[in-house]
Amino acid sequence: MINSVTSEQSGINRLPNGAGAAAVLSAGLGAMTLAVVAIIADHSAAFKKLMIFYTPTGPLSGVTSLAVIVWLLSWVILNAGWKRKEVGVWVMTVGLALVAISFILMFPPVGDLF
Amino acid sequence: MEITSRSLWTLIHGMGFGTVYLLACSGAFVEFYRRFIARTGTIITSDSPFLKIYLFAMTLFAWIAVLTGTYVVYPWYRATPPPGTADLSGYPQKLLMSHAAIIGWHSMGMEWKEHVAWLVPIMITMAAVVVAQYGSDLRNHRRLRTAVLVMVLFSFVSAGLAGFWGAMINKYAPVTGGTTLTLMNGETR
Repeated sequence: MINSVTSEQSGINRLPNGAGAAAVLSAGLGAMTLAVVAIIADHSAAFKKLMIFYTPTGPLSGVTSLAVIVWLLSWVILNAGWKRKEVGVWVMTVGLALVAISFILMFPPVGDLF
Repeated sequence: MEITSRSLWTLIHGMGFGTVYLLACSGAFVEFYRRFIARTGTIITSDSPFLKIYLFAMTLFAWIAVLTGTYVVYPWYRATPPPGTADLSGYPQKLLMSHAAIIGWHSMGMEWKEHVAWLVPIMITMAAVVVAQYGSDLRNHRRLRTAVLVMVLFSFVSAGLAGFWGAMINKYAPVTGGTTLTLMNGETR
């Protein structure tokens, strides 16, 4: 309790929020990629075939691999740019919003609307 | 007492790593609350690496659960039977799709589960790395702390959904087959 109050008041050892914000936003981008690519694969036979990275698993292998690639790549890039910076709160809000939207899009009755 | 190798893998995936992950979520929430929200003052220095190790263990469980699900169990679930196969019991997806009364377990359940489950390792990996990077300094970043906590909550709900649908699908169309393993020899009566 005492430590946290002292730290907040003095600002000593306070890390910039950039690295954390990069992690949150990239997680949102990864989640959104997963939802959007899954919907596209569901509606396009050609794209669905393209997403078969591993035949026994089918298109799910490509959809999830693509999402993981986008997530990690965006994390590395954003982290490199922001790790020593203080970024706006909007970054965290956008990251959370992307996860929430992708969560809703993954619900089949919603995904089937597109 | 026997079990098939495919049933065993399904067990390892769901009741093993999946269930352990779900149980671990409650501990993560308690630790988050204790350290960053309640600030009870009971956290001693030697206690500080606990949450980092705990979240990385959860990350490991989450990755093993989704990777075994996607690359070990799911191929057996979606296997295509040879033309003219009447008994679809070894082909869970086709079995579910062959009856209007149970098709929803695939079209709704599996379609949802196979995607939403992948949110779990993404969210918890992110949370583990942020907690490792910031440590106790996370107390000074209210918005970041809230975002991480919400992400862990998303991972918990996603894991719960995946677990629920997985259990129900396996109830109506179990993944079976493979080598039969004898766990115990019982006595016939």
